[in-house]
Amino acid sequence: MLDLSLPWWGWLLMGAGLVGFIAMLVVSIRRNQGVKRSLFASPYTLWMIIFTVLPVILIGYYAFTDMNGNFTLDNFRNFWDSNYESNKVIMQAMGEAGAAYVSRGTVNVDTLVYSLWMAFKCTAICLIAGYPAALFMADRNMKLGPTLVVLFIIPMWMNFLLRTIAWMSLLEDSGLINSFLRKLGFDGVQLMYNSNAVLLGMVYNFLPFMVFPIYTVLNKMDFRLSEAAADLGCNSWQTLYKVVMPLSIPGVISGITMVFMPSVTTFFIPRMLGGGNTMMFGDLIESKFLVEGNWNVGSALSLIMMVLILISLSILRKADPNGEGGGIA
Amino acid sequence: MMKFLKRFYLGIILVFLYVPIGVLIVQSFNAGKSRAKWEGFSFRWYVELFQDTRIMNALYVTVSIALLAMIFATILGTLAAIGIYSMKKRPQALMMTLTNLPNTMPDIVTGISLMLLFLFTKVERGYMTMLLAHITFDVPYVILSVLPKLKQMNKHTYEAALDLGATPTYALTHVIIPECKQGIITGAMLAFTLSLDDFTISYFTTSPLVQNLSTLIYSAARKGIEPSLNALSALMFISLLVLLLIVNRRTAENN
Repeated sequence: MLDLSLPWWGWLLMGAGLVGFIAMLVVSIRRNQGVKRSLFASPYTLWMIIFTVLPVILIGYYAFTDMNGNFTLDNFRNFWDSNYESNKVIMQAMGEAGAAYVSRGTVNVDTLVYSLWMAFKCTAICLIAGYPAALFMADRNMKLGPTLVVLFIIPMWMNFLLRTIAWMSLLEDSGLINSFLRKLGFDGVQLMYNSNAVLLGMVYNFLPFMVFPIYTVLNKMDFRLSEAAADLGCNSWQTLYKVVMPLSIPGVISGITMVFMPSVTTFFIPRMLGGGNTMMFGDLIESKFLVEGNWNVGSALSLIMMVLILISLSILRKADPNGEGGGIA
Repeated sequence: MMKFLKRFYLGIILVFLYVPIGVLIVQSFNAGKSRAKWEGFSFRWYVELFQDTRIMNALYVTVSIALLAMIFATILGTLAAIGIYSMKKRPQALMMTLTNLPNTMPDIVTGISLMLLFLFTKVERGYMTMLLAHITFDVPYVILSVLPKLKQMNKHTYEAALDLGATPTYALTHVIIPECKQGIITGAMLAFTLSLDDFTISYFTTSPLVQNLSTLIYSAARKGIEPSLNALSALMFISLLVLLLIVNRRTAENN
């Protein structure tokens, strides 16, 4: 059962690392009459270099090289023009006359734009639906706050693939919603295999990630501030958008990050609920690697996505310089 | 009136979140295989679940990896948190950037980058690589839950322990570790649940021969999900729920 598939030198390396670490600890205990505690982070540093930094460098390496390992920018040209390779062949074979047969393939760019648009819609819906939920949960008169938080967490324990598949049995042609409609005498509706179904699945899966950070910030907020606002003559709407909302910005930022990032890159939800009609960027990257086996273009696409996400994160950070947003907890 | 509206709104959101789960649990008791038609109540899928070696294997892989990854990540992460805490400002900032790096990378990129690493070093993908990947994405969460506890700690307790004659090692195990116990437990739980539920990273770092529940579900989804998978997830769901209730009870009693 246990398939220990490391080569011998992998084990050797790991063993050497462990022995080295223990030796380092022993030496520092002897010398210092106590462990120099900053050394405690060294196994972690080594681990992260091997399993995080190195892999990212590898993506960069593959993105800028061709099959033979020579430097090239073709992978990025391939992103811009998915027909790039075939066009090159046509131009070489036909010379100037080939220009008439050459056209730019826009699949990759279109998919990226579509994914960004879907992720934007998903984030907006989560924010609009989730903000009031977080606000009501943090309401001091509710008393149920902590229980509600748990109620929001529990669904996430169910495997998310199965939850998404459960939506299929609700939405499909012979599914529960359509059977119900037919019983009432209406015609069935096509609910699956379109971008709205994908959007629904995304909102369903990512909504808690919007609610928690906002709730955390609102819950920590000094409630006397809104009481003071009320005493000074604000009505409840004014209190909401002049006091509470500005103070909850860090939570909102954190929520947006936590919803936007996974929704750009999800590939399971569009594949199930979109039925292959709606390709998203995560889909595209996955198929470049595992279907076409084209690591170079796949790496270029991953790199583009990483850069886009880093840019949007740094823009969001500007709005919340102290990073007070807090995570799930 | 306002209060009713608020409750009503929260109720709707909760219904939205729970409907698919309810559907799933109901389906697991359906006698037939169809997703839509109710053919009577039965425990058939619960019986078949325990006879299905593929599902049992996947369950074994999922749980053992979650446990192992939790143990390794907690040790590695707690040590790292103590180390980072006692670093000077510059290296500390560098280490925090390193720790936050995986959080800013989407899962699919993490998975693919690790896959490239394993392909590049010609390590055959399987149980071991999946475990390595899980430890990797778990550790930062442990660090991020232990570090705040360390920062809240009164610095002088450690020095006081030394003044009172404790060796640094003794002070570490009897002062620092107990102080951040809560953070360590939170981190470990977080690591366990994240690893239990992971799909994307496992998908890229394992071979089709070694599957955890998520990748098994993914490969089964095309042909139509076995209702016994629903039965399994219903069982896991209920057991987690019971666990939560017990923990809640105990903490309530302690208070």
